[in-house]
Amino acid sequence: MEAHPANLPPVSAAPRAGIRLPGLGTGLGRGLVVLYLSLMVLLPLAAVVDESLSQGLSGFWNAVNDPRSMAALKLTVVCSLIVVAINAVFGTILAWVLVRDDFPGKGAVNALIDLPFALPTIVAGLTLLTLYGPESPIGLDVAATRAAIVMALCFITLPFVVRAVQPLLMEMDREMEEASTSLGAGGFTTFRRVIFPNLLPGIVAGVMLAFARALGEYGSLILITGNIPFETEVSSVFIRAQIESGNVPGASAVSVVLLAFSLLMLILVSVIAKSGRHRGDKGRFKALLDRIISRSQWGGQGV
Amino acid sequence: MTTSTPAKWGLRTLGLGYLGLLLLAPVAMIFYKTFEHGFGPPWEAMTSPEALHAIQLTLLMVAIAVPLNTIFGVACALLLVRRRWWGNAWIDAIINLPFAISPIVIGLSLFLLYGNNGWFGPTLSEWGVQVLFAWPAMVLASIFVSLPFVVREVVPVLHEIGTEQEQAASTLGANGWQTFWRVTLPAIRWGVAYGVVLTTARVLGEFGAVTIVSGSISEQTETMPLFVHKAFEQFNEEAAYGGAIVLALLALTTLLLMNIGSRRAKASSAPIPAGTEVPVPASTTKEGS
Repeated sequence: MEAHPANLPPVSAAPRAGIRLPGLGTGLGRGLVVLYLSLMVLLPLAAVVDESLSQGLSGFWNAVNDPRSMAALKLTVVCSLIVVAINAVFGTILAWVLVRDDFPGKGAVNALIDLPFALPTIVAGLTLLTLYGPESPIGLDVAATRAAIVMALCFITLPFVVRAVQPLLMEMDREMEEASTSLGAGGFTTFRRVIFPNLLPGIVAGVMLAFARALGEYGSLILITGNIPFETEVSSVFIRAQIESGNVPGASAVSVVLLAFSLLMLILVSVIAKSGRHRGDKGRFKALLDRIISRSQWGGQGV
Repeated sequence: MTTSTPAKWGLRTLGLGYLGLLLLAPVAMIFYKTFEHGFGPPWEAMTSPEALHAIQLTLLMVAIAVPLNTIFGVACALLLVRRRWWGNAWIDAIINLPFAISPIVIGLSLFLLYGNNGWFGPTLSEWGVQVLFAWPAMVLASIFVSLPFVVREVVPVLHEIGTEQEQAASTLGANGWQTFWRVTLPAIRWGVAYGVVLTTARVLGEFGAVTIVSGSISEQTETMPLFVHKAFEQFNEEAAYGGAIVLALLALTTLLLMNIGSRRAKASSAPIPAGTEVPVPASTTKEGS
């Protein structure tokens, strides 16, 4: 790849910050890290918030409350909720199949779970369109319908729950299940009373990350949903349309609403991470979730 | 749990069926569509000047954004793990932002900073620097979306390796830089490599943020994903599918590298705990795989 870690260009003063060196190195390194983060992330986001308030709070409210933007927001939230519900169920089933079941090709299936994260979103949309679009060889054309939104979002958020549940399932003590079965509980009771509660933190974390991702998705939707206002226009597409038609304050106001949702999800995930599984071990669960957050954008090998 | 055979088959069918219909069948279909009439048409479409320029520009994005984010990522991870500081909680939270924010919002944010009426736009254009609708803004968008990967991959590795070897190095007289190059970097190299692969993949495929700030001008500001989008809208199916296949193959390569990387990481981390029989505090216990 382009930048192999072995031949990195000479690093600026920053890495000193990490090493036990007193004095200037620390402050300088810390300063550079904070500066980079501020310039690259915080300042741009501040510009969006500022622009959204350029016509005062009432302007902000009117922009969000506009029928078309409200319709887009509602559609986005409802579709995302449907999608995370579907993927909560199928994600848990897939995690179960990948951990407890055994069949030829399991390794390949496990690796392929991450494909939606590795595949550029525009390719994801195009891919779905070839099979489920107007030229569908199986005669199933969902293009320009709300079903297309759900399908595309299911595709791109597929790995979240799988990857969040998989490690919990691997760690789970089988003795509990055996005890439950030997005490006479049936398969479903064991699942409901023993397995499910253990997997719940993973499912919830995966669902919230998937939800945050689904709310902001753009690339995979642009080709397949038709982008019809009031019908199949999601918020990100609406924002794009507003920028193009010159209504930048309106675009910013809706962006701030999406931003608030994303922040809320991140905060909730970190609260779950901190409260952790009831047996303590908080640092480890936090690290696990951080890795899921990271790999949920680009997958990974089950942490 | 001893699942009964029908239940096992039921779950397997449901899980794999979902995966097949949603993921495998469409991906197979796009490969079929691309090579329906042989390798000629997609090859021709991919060697057109527009396509070649898009590939070059995409590689330029990677060449700038990936090293910058790698240096930042390693420095930031060291800061987060090896230094106790009140700002760390904030940095830790802010790092995750690019993952949760819509790429369109990221694009808009850069548009607002570097546009003609933006915060920096007027000053920059006075200096004769064109950022928006040119490659610099596209690089900034790429940096934004791919910022967290190296940090998130390196932080757990730093926790895992502990500080004993670094302390030993300083005790033996190594200065900060020597410790970093000789001890820390070799120990975290697989984490860094993994982060670099993820960063690269993300930069290669970024569409939403780049589409807002690029203007998508053919042979000027068009990366591969933008090229695919435009080709499809212009009913140039060969070019759209050809470009999609190039990107899909890169994605599959990413998956392959990640698989190899995680195996190597496991293999290389195995001998280290075997050699260190010093009692390890509970807080630094190795993460289970």
